[in-house]
Amino acid sequence: MTNHSGDPASLAPTTRRGSRRSARRGLATAAALGLTATLLAACGDDGKPVLNWYVNPDGVATFEKWAEKCSTDDYEIDVQLLPSSATEQRTQLARRLAAEDSSTDIMNLDPVFVAEFANAGWLQEIPEDHWGEIEGDVLEGPAETVTWDDKVYALPLWANTQVLWYRKTLAEQAGLDMSQPVTWQQVIDAAADNGGTVGVQGNKYEAYVVWINALVQGAGGEIVADTEKGRDASVEIDSDAGRAAAEVIQRLAESEAAQPDLSVSNEGTSLGLMYPEEGPGEFMVNWTFAYKNYADTVSPEQLEDLGWARYPQTVEGEESKPPVGGIDIGVGAYSENPDEAMAAAQCITQKDAQVELALTDGLMPSTESAYEEVISDGSYPEDLVELWRTSVDEGGPRPESAFYALISGAIQERWHSPTSVDPDSTPDNSAEYLEAVLKGEALL
Amino acid sequence: MTSTNVPAAAMPEQKSDKPTKKVDSDRTRAENRLGQKLVAPAIVLMLIVTAFPMVRAIWLSTFDYALTAPDDRNFIGIQNYLTALTDPLFWKSTGITVLYMVVTVAIELVIGFIFALVMHRVIFGRGIVRTSILIPYGIITVVSGFTWQFAFSYTNGFVNGWLPFIGDDFNWFGETTPAVIAICISEIWKTTPFMSLLLLAGLAQVSEDMIEAAKVDGASWWQRLWKVIIPNMRAAIMVAILFRALDAYRIFDNIFVMTNGAVDTQSISFLTYRQTIEQFQLGMGSALSVLLFLSVLLIAWLIIKLFRVDLAQARQEG
Repeated sequence: MTNHSGDPASLAPTTRRGSRRSARRGLATAAALGLTATLLAACGDDGKPVLNWYVNPDGVATFEKWAEKCSTDDYEIDVQLLPSSATEQRTQLARRLAAEDSSTDIMNLDPVFVAEFANAGWLQEIPEDHWGEIEGDVLEGPAETVTWDDKVYALPLWANTQVLWYRKTLAEQAGLDMSQPVTWQQVIDAAADNGGTVGVQGNKYEAYVVWINALVQGAGGEIVADTEKGRDASVEIDSDAGRAAAEVIQRLAESEAAQPDLSVSNEGTSLGLMYPEEGPGEFMVNWTFAYKNYADTVSPEQLEDLGWARYPQTVEGEESKPPVGGIDIGVGAYSENPDEAMAAAQCITQKDAQVELALTDGLMPSTESAYEEVISDGSYPEDLVELWRTSVDEGGPRPESAFYALISGAIQERWHSPTSVDPDSTPDNSAEYLEAVLKGEALL
Repeated sequence: MTSTNVPAAAMPEQKSDKPTKKVDSDRTRAENRLGQKLVAPAIVLMLIVTAFPMVRAIWLSTFDYALTAPDDRNFIGIQNYLTALTDPLFWKSTGITVLYMVVTVAIELVIGFIFALVMHRVIFGRGIVRTSILIPYGIITVVSGFTWQFAFSYTNGFVNGWLPFIGDDFNWFGETTPAVIAICISEIWKTTPFMSLLLLAGLAQVSEDMIEAAKVDGASWWQRLWKVIIPNMRAAIMVAILFRALDAYRIFDNIFVMTNGAVDTQSISFLTYRQTIEQFQLGMGSALSVLLFLSVLLIAWLIIKLFRVDLAQARQEG
């Protein structure tokens, strides 16, 4: 729109041509300036190479601190900010890497990007000796997210997971024994029978897929298997597990426990319904940040009433698979200083950095040893940190595939809105559609 | 009056084709050759910056090619086109794009014409009036999109408060119809000045003598408008419609900012963007952009044929 290729020829041609010429000259100047700036940026003031570290906007102050700490006599680390939306982060990094950008040295990656970036050859492999050193310490969930095709392509920095947050009084009123694993059915019924609600992420976006994936895995299934086959991966959502997941969503959507904005709800919308002005509050599945959020905003008595438990079971008796998220650090394949960038990435992901991220920003670590230190610090209730660690360790990542964007998009397309989910048709429909999209036979 | 609309040049030109060639002197030919040489660098540059990407897009569109799986790239001929053309989503997006085009161009034509009349006739504060009418056109579409998104927002916008028959918590972006209306309004607000500029150029071409003559003959203002002014600026109107229609068909920014393609507001450009940029499906994305290009060509051809637009005449070359 901004560019009207068809300017009216009848309008003063001379002026137009003149302005175009000056515009072109302006463009050339800008390009030259930009180039100079880039060239300058590649080398620091004192001639040291500068490594660009692309970070997502969570915990930036801590990242900046560690960029400085991890800079050495041989190189300097410079923090560059990515957009806040995960899709845009991925697009921006992908554009740079697809163009073989030599200034993309270190980057924060959402776990689901690792597989597609690695498959495209955009990430350096993590040296075996370094991975061998830390492998035993890294929790199971994050370790799975950085592996693609039996090789390791990123270093886990922090790991996120979801737990079930609830009001103790609401659970008591419903007679739910929260010390035992609970099922989605129990949670939904307990909330509905006692005037409470259940908070989930039901908007048409990535976190809705996180929920669906956790439900499917909780029933022992998978959305897609054999993802290393790329377009020929086997779509498994049309299964008993897929139907069990759809049943949970349908049950909630049809229940009085559903929140009014269910179909556009996100991580932020349900936070406020924990302590509503009226009513007993809610059960909510949400990421680790929820604790710090409440600790900073509600009164001590209210905080006392906040309970947490492991992610609910999809099927009674079958262990739940809490979602795993977080940030992995990747090293660009086209970096001008690959060895320095790899060393910097190892420095950035060290235990002390992870502990600091946890304590100052609420971003939980990805290793046993860092968790030990967070527990001993005492800033968080010990049982909560233990719960997070178990959840991260035993959680289930989303499908790792070079075509993850298609998988996620196709699932969102057919499973949204939650109110339209039907166990008899949704898994079946979505499997058919996902297969067509993966094969390139349908548009998304 | 009507004589100006007849494509006068067409018929005699064919007959005088041969004699014209004979008339070419050595000097004319030499000048032509020099002219061609002078233009050549520009043409080469154009070929590099426009023809190359176009040819490459056509080439890419025959592949199954995802940026994230470069090794799996394989040649599939016209399969991408078949997939796109048999996909309901493609037609749904095409339908909504045509709707955007028809609605915005029609409304812009009316408002743009009124603005053009005002700009043409205004005597006092001419500069100020013209500038203020043209300001929206100087604003970047993305900014205009954000502005209107905030205006329509039910949490911090003013539109709901101003409209009496709409509740304060009405979400404009929650359903297709209101979302399309919001997008169209932003689009119209932003590009009407362009339309009025084109029409102003046409208005300036209408001879004052003819209007005077009509006045003397006792024609009312309305009659002068419909019988003298509009028929005489037909070519300018058609050019305005043509340019705006082609432009409107490629609508992207407002959708991207205001709904991000949600609730079925996705245009063909947006669908192409999603395949190429979000999903890295370069093959399918290229096929869609080729289809987009072809549909723009088709629309241009239809408008030129249907309304018998004579572009040469619009430039007063006829």
